[in-house]
This record gives sequence, C-alpha cells and structure tokens, in this order.
Amino acid sequence: MTLATVPQPSLGRSLIPSRQKLPLLATCMVLLVLYVTACLRYRQPAFFNLQVAINLLGDNAFLGIAAIGLTFVIILGGIDLSVGAVIGCSSMFIAKMVEEHAWHPAAAIAVALLSGTCLGLLHGLLIHLFALPAFLVTLGGLFFCRGLGLLISRESIAISHPIYVSLSSWSISLPFHSSLPVVAIMFVLLLVLATIAAAYTPLGRYVYAIGGNEQSALLMGLPVARTKVIVYAFSGACAALAGVAATIFMSSGNALTGAGLELDAIAAVVVGGTLLSGGVGGPIGTFIGILIFGVIQSAIAFEGSLSSWWARIAVGGLLLVFILLQKLLQPRDHQT
Amino acid sequence: MTAGTASILPAPEAPGPKSGATGWKVHAIVWPVLALMLLLLFNLLFTPGFFSIEVRGGRLFGSLIDILNRGTPVLVLSMGMTLVIATGGIDLSVGAVMALAGATAACLISRPEDSPLHLFDVHGSLPLVLLISLAVALLAGVFNGILVAGLRVQPIVATLILMVAGRGAAQLITNGQIPSFEHPGFEFIGGGFLLGLPFPFTIAVAIVLLMLLLVRGTALGLLVEAVGNNPIAARLTGINAAALKLTCYVVSALLAGVAGLIVTSDIKAADVSNTGQYLELDAILAAAIGGTALAGGRFSLLGSAVGALVIQTLTTTILARGVAPELTLVIKALVVIALCLFQSAKARELAFRLVARRAQ
Repeated sequence: MTLATVPQPSLGRSLIPSRQKLPLLATCMVLLVLYVTACLRYRQPAFFNLQVAINLLGDNAFLGIAAIGLTFVIILGGIDLSVGAVIGCSSMFIAKMVEEHAWHPAAAIAVALLSGTCLGLLHGLLIHLFALPAFLVTLGGLFFCRGLGLLISRESIAISHPIYVSLSSWSISLPFHSSLPVVAIMFVLLLVLATIAAAYTPLGRYVYAIGGNEQSALLMGLPVARTKVIVYAFSGACAALAGVAATIFMSSGNALTGAGLELDAIAAVVVGGTLLSGGVGGPIGTFIGILIFGVIQSAIAFEGSLSSWWARIAVGGLLLVFILLQKLLQPRDHQT
Repeated sequence: MTAGTASILPAPEAPGPKSGATGWKVHAIVWPVLALMLLLLFNLLFTPGFFSIEVRGGRLFGSLIDILNRGTPVLVLSMGMTLVIATGGIDLSVGAVMALAGATAACLISRPEDSPLHLFDVHGSLPLVLLISLAVALLAGVFNGILVAGLRVQPIVATLILMVAGRGAAQLITNGQIPSFEHPGFEFIGGGFLLGLPFPFTIAVAIVLLMLLLVRGTALGLLVEAVGNNPIAARLTGINAAALKLTCYVVSALLAGVAGLIVTSDIKAADVSNTGQYLELDAILAAAIGGTALAGGRFSLLGSAVGALVIQTLTTTILARGVAPELTLVIKALVVIALCLFQSAKARELAFRLVARRAQ
C-alpha cells in the first residue's frame, strides 16, 4: 500500500536476522505444539504415525504447490488471486483432453503447464507495463479461468487412462508400512527447487529487493520488469502444476476444484511468516504453513464429532495470532 | 506510494495525462456512465425485448427491472467498499459478513434446534431480527476497524481473517444446515414491491442518497480523501485518521449486513457457503469501474453505483441473449481487464502515442 516496511539497517546487524526469523520460528513452534497435542490426544487410531504425517503432505499437495508460487508473488509485494481458478481450469482441461479427445496425458499436462505459464506471463505484463493493480488483473484471471473451466464441462470427468491410474497409485515405499505418493513427491521437489531459487540465485535476491522497496531496486539497476513478469509467470505455472497434481490426486478433473483455494493459499503463506507487504518470507515458511493447515484438518477428522467449518475458524484465528505477532516484531513503521 | 504530498483537496477530474499531449479533462463519472450507455445501446440494437417492461398485478417486470433488482446487493456493498478504498484500505470480508448476517436472521426466525441461536426467542419480531443481524455485522466491522485503525494491520490481511473465518462462524450459527423460513415481513425486504418497483431497489436508492448526504453533504468525504491521499499530512492537519477509518469499516460491514439480509430474504433461506460468494470482488470491481482509485484518496459514490449497475447489466445482457452462463465469467474477465486498461494513465498514453505515430 503506501509505505513499504524496510528493515532498519542501523540497528545492529545481529538483531535484525533474529527479528526476521522470529515469525518463522513461531510458526515452527505452533506446528510442533499442534502436532504433539494431536499425537497425545488421538491414540486410537494413532495420530503419531508416519503415514498420517505423510498424508499431511499428500492431501494438501496441490494447495502447497500453488502456495509456493504465490509465496514469490507476495514477497514481490503483489498478489495472485487466480491460482484456485487456474487449478480448476487446468484439471478440467487435462481430464477432457485425455478422456474425450484421446490425448496422451503427457501432451495434455504439457499444454496445461504452458497455458498456466502464459496466463501468469500475461498477468505480469499487464501489471508491469500498464501499472495496473495486481489485485484487479488477477481477479480478471480468476473469472476467466473459472468461466473457461466451466465452459469445458460443468460435470466432473473421471480419468481412467492407464498411465494416470498407475501414476495415482504409484508411490515410494517407506518403512513402517507407509508410502510416499506422487503428489507429495511433486510438492517436495518443487519446495526444494523454490528454496534454492529464493536463497541462492540472483533472481531470488531480486525478488526480495523489489519486495523490500521497488524504487530502490530500480535505482540499483536491478531488472525489475523482467523479475516481476517471471514471478507472475512462475505463479501461473505452479498453479497449473497444482492442477496436474489435483488430477493425479483425485483421478478426475473438476472445474470447481480449488474454488476459494486462493484464500487458503494466502492464509498458508501469511501463517508461514511471509509479509503481505513484501520483502520478507520464503517457501520454507509456506511449507510449514501448509503443514499447520494439514494438522488442523486431520485433527478435526480424527476428532470425528467436530464439523469441518471449525477448520476455517481455526485458520482464521491462527491468521489473527500471526498477524498480531508480526505486528509486534516489525520495527515501528512511520505511517501516520 | 500514493501521489500528492500537499494536495488533500479532492481531484474531480479523471485520472489521466494532466496537461500533456491531449489535455482533455473529463469528469470521472463519464466513464462508467459511458460503459453503461454502450451496454444498453448494444441491447437496444441486438437484444429484442430487452427494454420491454410489463405490468403484472401492479408490479413491473422486465430485463431493466431485473437489473435494478439483482444489482442491489453489489450496489449496497460498493457504497461501503468505496469509502474503505478511499481511505487507502480494502474490505475483503463483506461476502462473509453477508453470510453471517443472513445466517443470524434466518436462525432467529426459524430457530432450528441445533443452532446456537435456538435459545434466543424473538417471537418473529421483525425489528429485533433486523437489529440483531445488523449488530452482528456491526461487530464484524468493529473487529476489522480495530485491526486496521487501532493495530495498523494491513487492510488486505486484516479483512482476510474474517473472510476466511466469517463463513466458518456463519456455519457455526446454522450448524452447517441451510435453514429456510417463512416470515412475510422479512420476505418483503428481498422479494417485495413498492410502487411497482422491487423493494431492494428502494433500499439501494435510500442508501445511496443517505451516503451521498452523509459523505458529500458534510466534510466527511473530504476528510476520507485526505486520509487516503496522504495519511501523514492528514494527521498533521488534525484529522483523527484512526476514528475515521474505523467508521468506514463499520459502515462497510453494516452495509454488507443489509446486503446479506436482502439476499437471504430473497431466497428465503440462509445458504451460508454461497451467500455473497465472490461479491466482495464484484464490489471492488464496481468501485474501480466507477473511478475510485484503488490506491485511495479519490472516490465517487455515484460512480460506484453506476459501476454496480454496469456489472449487473453485463450479467443480465448475457443471460438475456441466451449465451451459456459460464461465458458470463469469461466476458466479465475481459471487461475487467479492458476497464483497467481504459483507466490506466500509462495505457492511454501508449495508445495516444501509437495513434500519433500513425497520423504522422
């Protein structure tokens, strides 16, 4: 909005990293507390079980994949509301092409990924070239993809292609009678790549610099335009990949998959310690945010008698706590 | 960064090249009115029967009446949203607040046994139902306002909390059911007719007039613009920005409550997961179409009202032409982008340069 919060450089270097890492540390603590509480509370069937832990990953893989792309957009100081709709649209597209037009799954997936990237690219170009608000442009993307998905088909389409069936049942066997499904592997691989990109590549540093203060980044001669467009394109690609993961996870395509998911994704990113004002955060935090999300949902499923809407209230409450925490930790801003 | 360090006066002219190549200055409301006119002209030429209005039993029916009726929720929401945006904020929670108010009203009337509101018995008293439902909305607004104005949380984050949790809370009230009800007095709000016109439209007109009187008839609008333009300068001139912002969020939530009551009354049930879904986005869109700067500092309530009508006219046009309803969303998307481009000074500059180059 008006003033970007810039970490004060003069305050002694040793203090600042700890201040920036505190939100992430707090997030980890919350995850730990929630997980241990759930393990102590639910003994029969046991919550403390490797497969339950892995399912936290698998069940939320497509949310997580989309959230990782979104993390970069938010660090940049922007927002992408279209991710949920892109998931629905790309899953519908893949299902329709594979089932009714006899496309090879690989071809359908490739086209879906490419289209998602192009949409993100378009978002980035519109936002940067014409100085349009990211909120409205990606809102347009949301409407467009949701409509397109519904135009392809209103009904959900089950995918029975042999490659897809084997993909969704294939998993890596792990000890303790557990196994790692394909979607979880996709999520973890993307997380590793994103973490490396954020921490060790020039592009990652540009993203943080632009999110911290776009004017300064421009004056420093950083490629602001290119970075912005790439980040939005990456978010589009991640959303499309999340759509692919959704089709593998559910063995079907549905235009309404991911309705309202953009909210959950934003919530996971914020709970993960990424500031919506930009410049601070990272994929690891988002990963932990997703895990917190998963623990809450699984705990409610284990409880049995609690209704699903408690998850939303719990996530809202967590958001409140984290935002207040971030407020405490932030150096005083000079706004009003 | 919002522009303008010294100017806290409202800028009535359209955003655009200030004096540069073209130098035309148009009142901001011209654009949404033009868009509405274009849509209506299209219908006049290509949609037979769009302008026909029937009188059935003293009530008016027709596409135009339908626009006024269906456009009401977004119109009402956009009034509050415009004020909030003008202070440099945004209110994402209005859809959830609609669901909350609707759920409260429905449960107060029908009193389903598994609802926590079962204990309250208002004996079907309409004033009490309205009062309690709007009080719930008011509380939501105070919550948003305290976060934004008191604790200085970014508006988009602060209102995200209620956007996520509000629907959950509404489901808590209805216990996950969709309580339906029968109550002639309450049903009149969303389904009644006054002087042949749908009653929701009467409510909308009353709200627009009231807001105009409050905001433009007093210095309130000027103060809001001052805060949105430059919060620091506003504070230095002695404006209580926090109180002003709090008020705007409360007004926005109250109006969301009204919109929620209208929708709930219209469908005679509280469908918590669908009431107001994506309407926060429509309300923001209406404000943007109406010429309100999303960065804050300049707003037009009338423009937002026209913007809401533009959105509904578009939807009704698509429905009236028998196009697949799924296409509504796609067309809406294209309109959003086109309007954004239209209002972007940068895009217009680029277009002018292209035209000028061609002319040479």
